[in-house]
Amino acid sequence: MTFEPAQPAHGTPVSAIAPSRLRLSEVIRVGLGSLAARKLRSVLSALGIAIGIASLVSVLGLSDSSKSALLDQIGALGTNLLTVEAGSGFGAGDAALPSTAVATVGRVATVEATAAVYSVGVGVYRNDLVPEDRTGGISVFATDPGLMGTLNGSVAHGAFITEATRAHPVAVVGAVAAERLGIRDLDTPVELYLGGRWVEVLGVLEPFALAADLDRAVLIGDRAAETYYNIELAPTVVYVRVDEDHIDATRDVLAGTIDPENPEEVEISRPSDLLEARSAAESSFTGLFLGLGAVALLVGGIGVANVMVIGVIERRGEIGLRRAIGATRAHIRRQFLTEALTLASLGGAVGVLMGVSVTYVYATMQGWRVIIPTVALAGGLAASVVIGAIAGLYPAIRAAKVSPTEALRSD
Amino acid sequence: MNPATPAIELREVSKHYAGSPPVIALDRVSVQIGHGEMVAVVGQSGSGKSTMLHVMGTLDQPTSGSVLIEGIDTSALPDDRLAAIRGRRVGFVFQRFFLLAGIPIIDNVANGLLYTGASRPERRTAAQAVLERVGLSERMWHRPNELSGGETQRVAISRALVHEPAFVLADEPTGNLDSASSASIMDLFHSLHAEGRTIVIVTHNEAIAAALPRQLQILDGRLERDIRIDASR
Repeated sequence: MTFEPAQPAHGTPVSAIAPSRLRLSEVIRVGLGSLAARKLRSVLSALGIAIGIASLVSVLGLSDSSKSALLDQIGALGTNLLTVEAGSGFGAGDAALPSTAVATVGRVATVEATAAVYSVGVGVYRNDLVPEDRTGGISVFATDPGLMGTLNGSVAHGAFITEATRAHPVAVVGAVAAERLGIRDLDTPVELYLGGRWVEVLGVLEPFALAADLDRAVLIGDRAAETYYNIELAPTVVYVRVDEDHIDATRDVLAGTIDPENPEEVEISRPSDLLEARSAAESSFTGLFLGLGAVALLVGGIGVANVMVIGVIERRGEIGLRRAIGATRAHIRRQFLTEALTLASLGGAVGVLMGVSVTYVYATMQGWRVIIPTVALAGGLAASVVIGAIAGLYPAIRAAKVSPTEALRSD
Repeated sequence: MNPATPAIELREVSKHYAGSPPVIALDRVSVQIGHGEMVAVVGQSGSGKSTMLHVMGTLDQPTSGSVLIEGIDTSALPDDRLAAIRGRRVGFVFQRFFLLAGIPIIDNVANGLLYTGASRPERRTAAQAVLERVGLSERMWHRPNELSGGETQRVAISRALVHEPAFVLADEPTGNLDSASSASIMDLFHSLHAEGRTIVIVTHNEAIAAALPRQLQILDGRLERDIRIDASR
């Protein structure tokens, strides 16, 4: 009998088959295809991640932008300004500093510049018909031409007191005082009624960032104050610019230098400390908002995990079929993990864009320099990928465990 | 390979599912299917037909006993080798067609080659050739929901054929179809058989089973009868 062997008709024999494989590009294509097939769900779950990342990026961006605005301000003003005043302690009353204060401070080696203001103790009015008690809260100080240099101040209109005008009955008006007195510009000459005498306004100042008291004051020359208002020049406040490297050391010796007998009656402060305190306060809010952003991101991650778990249950048939056409468990796991990672990274990318836009718009509205820290960009994307991996891991493992026979059976 | 080696051989294969009481889907089934045979697996709902088909195609592993494909014992093979056997030697066809709704027919068919490492153009070329053979080349770029039931099953069969499998294992392939579509699908299986492929079809339709040269009758997980009809009829 001749036996006609039934040869395998098609393909490679089982003994020579290479293991199943799926190209990386295909892993990504398959993942993207599955997401595209469920667009609304994918978009909504990615949105959760996007909101979390957007809040993290914008909090970091806005905090850095506002901090840089503050630091720019501090930097422009300098942190090396000290103000010296007479103490307001027990028995101090209307205390003024010793009249020698400016000269003695000027002799301290680490002091770069000094300027003083002297309370004149009169009211200033728009004209001689205004009742005497309606001072508008504006004080009158005498000062010397060096004040602007020491305080880094600038003039809005006109000019400051100079060597030529310090002995004449002329005045310069602080920013707030100008507003209260109704002085907008000096296109037409303006005169003020100051302590029973008419004085001409030479200039209007921009606000002082480090000496807000002077914004509410009218300033006259120190010589003019002696001549026309007959005051003794005992400084009310001395402004001191100090060598950047010796600020604390100088601060320690100033009181004793000015008033060796009663150093405790001399009060020294550093106005830039206030701005720095404001910056620190904003940083603590940043921490709070970062925490909220992280919670949003966590919720977004749970959303992705939820969508993926539902997907595994719904797509048992697809999983079974993929196993039937040659997918290994690892392929299935990889596919679901890729989907979660793609969802989360798309959300992360959109979130970074949203965060950057929010920062850009808000910072520009506030007039800040726009600063997006690299750590926020890279961190935002990295965080979304990590969240995606964590959110996708359990659903992916579950998908790989789906029994193909149960998913595919017909009876 | 010894040419007398059966294409598929089950040796004392049992499959139990945990539960209370445990379900015995297959109970010590031994059977040999030769190369180029066309076999019907018949039996009532829940008799274990589908499980037997899945075990034959390495989609499921038996609780005990062994499954040999072309003489190779699959019980010792790791997941990626079993997956490769399914991806390159076996074509599965199911009652529910399991086409992906979001992609065109040609890509659904090309997916049959997805896990072989073939490139996308290679897969599409092969898919196009198969679709031409089953008469669906006009419908290549349509979505699955635009086809009739019979056409959809042709697409699913094309997907099972795109990697030129030696074995085609079909689980109630006509279960969701009207009689005209069923007849044309069975014609397709007969022509595949004529090409020399080994075909196993699970069905509860006696007329379909009666038209095949061999019937395995399953009852409560046991192989009850193995009937061969004279091929010369």
